[in-house]
Amino acid sequence: MKIYLKIWRQKSPKDKGRFEMYPLDGVSPEMSFLEMLDYLNKTLIKEGKEPVVFESDCREGICGTCGLYINGRPHGNLRKTTTCELYMREFADGETITVEPWRAGAFPVVKDLVVDRHAFEKIMQAGGFITVNAGAAPDANTIPIPRDSFDKAFEAATCIGCGACVAACKNASAMLFVAAKVSHLALLPQGKPEAARRAKAMVAKMDELGFGSCTNTGACEAECPKGISIANIARLNREFLKANLKE
Amino acid sequence: MSILNSKIPSGPLADKWTNHKASLRLVSPANRKKLDIIVVGTGLSGSGAASTLGEMGYNVKVFCYQDSPRRAHSVAAQGGINAAKNYKNDGDSIFRLFYDMIKGGDFRAREANVYRAAEVSNLVIDHYTALGVPFARDYGGLLDNRSFGGVQVSRTFYAKGQTGQQCLLGGYSALIRQVQAGTVTMYPRREMLDLVVVDGRARGIITRNLITGEIESHSAHAVVLATGGYGTIYYLSTLAINSNGSAAWKAHKRGAFFANPSFIQIHPTSIPVLNNYQSKLTLMSESLRNDGRVWVPKKKGDTRNPNDIPEDERDYYLERRYPAFGNLVPRDVASRAAKERCDSGYGVGPTGLSVYLDFRDAIQKQGRKAIEDKYGNLFEMYEKITGESPYETPMRIYPAGHYTMGGLWVDYNLMTTIPGLFAIGESNFSDHGANRLGASSLMQCAGDGYFILPYTIANYLADFIHEPRLSTDLPEFKHAISEVQDRIQRLLSVNGKEPVSDFHKRLGKIMWDYCGMVRNEQGLIKAMELITDLEAEFWKNVKVPGRSTEMNQELEKAGRVADYFELAKLLCADALNRKESCGAHFREESQTETGEAKRDDENFSYVAVWEYKGGGKDPQLHKEPLTFENVKLQERSYQ
Repeated sequence: MKIYLKIWRQKSPKDKGRFEMYPLDGVSPEMSFLEMLDYLNKTLIKEGKEPVVFESDCREGICGTCGLYINGRPHGNLRKTTTCELYMREFADGETITVEPWRAGAFPVVKDLVVDRHAFEKIMQAGGFITVNAGAAPDANTIPIPRDSFDKAFEAATCIGCGACVAACKNASAMLFVAAKVSHLALLPQGKPEAARRAKAMVAKMDELGFGSCTNTGACEAECPKGISIANIARLNREFLKANLKE
Repeated sequence: MSILNSKIPSGPLADKWTNHKASLRLVSPANRKKLDIIVVGTGLSGSGAASTLGEMGYNVKVFCYQDSPRRAHSVAAQGGINAAKNYKNDGDSIFRLFYDMIKGGDFRAREANVYRAAEVSNLVIDHYTALGVPFARDYGGLLDNRSFGGVQVSRTFYAKGQTGQQCLLGGYSALIRQVQAGTVTMYPRREMLDLVVVDGRARGIITRNLITGEIESHSAHAVVLATGGYGTIYYLSTLAINSNGSAAWKAHKRGAFFANPSFIQIHPTSIPVLNNYQSKLTLMSESLRNDGRVWVPKKKGDTRNPNDIPEDERDYYLERRYPAFGNLVPRDVASRAAKERCDSGYGVGPTGLSVYLDFRDAIQKQGRKAIEDKYGNLFEMYEKITGESPYETPMRIYPAGHYTMGGLWVDYNLMTTIPGLFAIGESNFSDHGANRLGASSLMQCAGDGYFILPYTIANYLADFIHEPRLSTDLPEFKHAISEVQDRIQRLLSVNGKEPVSDFHKRLGKIMWDYCGMVRNEQGLIKAMELITDLEAEFWKNVKVPGRSTEMNQELEKAGRVADYFELAKLLCADALNRKESCGAHFREESQTETGEAKRDDENFSYVAVWEYKGGGKDPQLHKEPLTFENVKLQERSYQ
């Protein structure tokens, strides 16, 4: 098949950036989207042009590295799918495909389609952990965990930190990310002692880093490649409120 | 032979680690903050070592090539993590876990190291659980286990099909807690390009900042490599596409010996190659073999829809050849059996290079819901990639390069032959012999990082508590920097025609064909010639666009592939030297009448340890003899 790629090119964070068109012939429906970009890059290199810079690593939907804004949607138009799990059979012959980086103030563009998601690290550092040193843990079966709260914790824990929720949100809010992290730990008995401090610290850091506010649009849930529910945002709000009432 | 001192403590097997710990020297809390430790890599072993050393009060600097330490390739491990908890009351014990690993590794691992890995496994599960890792639980809220990887007890802890991500997130959370506390400094998007040795000791590393291209030097009192394996030497493998062997290879060239490099596990259940542009192979967890049945048609070249092939025309070849273990035989055995069927013309799919993994009977017996609960996410993943639903049509699978048992040689203290350079996790060689059992890699990586290295590195550092921080202005650092820069310039100045990935793909094909699942003398000699030619062509005709002072992924790849040519030759030399079959290493010349691997304990019961002698010179072989005092060597039979 032949496709027309409209790709965002930007040399550096300071460069203004622009779209460029690349017609690409010989694309196979069995290629993954990223293999199609590999193929484009090989073609560009052979023509003596600069390849398009994009990121990926595991290429099986779990490391959270790849994240492209495809035809106006994070990770493309398939539900619960990362960019690396997207295949060209989802696109039509002759189609024009627009490829952009995540767009969010807190995720500045590094080059072409690569953004800097360091802000997520900062939020995690503020409180996304349980304080226990190696060697201090009791036997793992000391604390039974009821099935219901365990299942909810697990669902929240499946977040791969890709940032699609931020890219999907018109306010560039990081609420779903923070909610997933806070929920995962607050739902487990091990995480309860620090739950209040964690919720407050992570929310404060999120606000400080310039992520927008949540207006309950639900775009984040719709675009999350792991299908993390906005029920977690409600839980974050409860945890945050509880933490503040305790003062 | 005196050059290799494995430092295995004396005394009974079960007491060795306890006694050894009691004899190791300590560093007092007040002195720890004066000591710098570099950790390269942030998977289970690297994040574990870094956070633990930080908690103890050392000054730790951590490096990874990813944008976040949470993305290290441990994240992709699916099936589980073993521990000898015996929560299932089915007769498991530390000794039994040890025994399974020694036997599974085909008696080519060190007894003392393996026993210790089994011994600390329970601590790992406790620690991860305390960190909030959601291992599967039963309805009473206690931890569940499953059977995994060809063993007869249920000792595998798991988190659906994403045990790796959940363990890594636990390890990552402990790591960033130390970053916040100020004991650990995190350097993401850095690639280690050389090791700096000063007065015979590892004292620092040279890195490239992958965003700016800047070449940086970092000094420390000790360096820990936690850089994973080199399975991407096959180009197509189950590894992340940026995984590479360069850090270990640079250390090798600076004096760290490399052990059993040719021991590479070929995982039996990966989604087969679907097209010519494929960039990686996706693993389907081994746990699927608990319920899936492997088969091919009895008739050669049978192109019927698998569902139309009647029962008596199917060859369930694993059940036929290995009635005792059936579909649950270890990975090396399952991989070779699949290759044998396909090479004989019974393979299925468009290329004939795949076999069926069929869930029809399991769905009939247990119901679709039960199968969905166990494997739902894997089935989804399979369908996304192939467009076929495993609920309706059998999966097609084929073996793929996966895990490297070989790696940097380390002594019992996990120190390489360069004093002050440690290697942990997959980057060392010590615990899996010639074949790794399922769910033992997460176990070993975490054990090394949390509960072994922090003790043994203190013993080394105790000598240097008065030694001030080292300046990176020393000639050794300057020299290493200029070598790194020269090489980058060489890569950029070739300015040929062929992209790096084409060379990588061609190298991968040579390795897969001649140094993959089946090897023979003639093929290995041929492979070495082909690699030498390809390497020469690379340095004449590779095209690396762009500059060194910017983000340049082609340059990153070029450096890794250039190292792989050198490592590939060592792999072949090692495979050539070992004229026996053992575990994943199958030499055609050494097989039983029924086509099983035939070990030669009399001549090859040793670790092959290679010393780098300089470019263009043959590496020198040293042998570390393996002695077995607690297990009886036997033929590894799964029939």
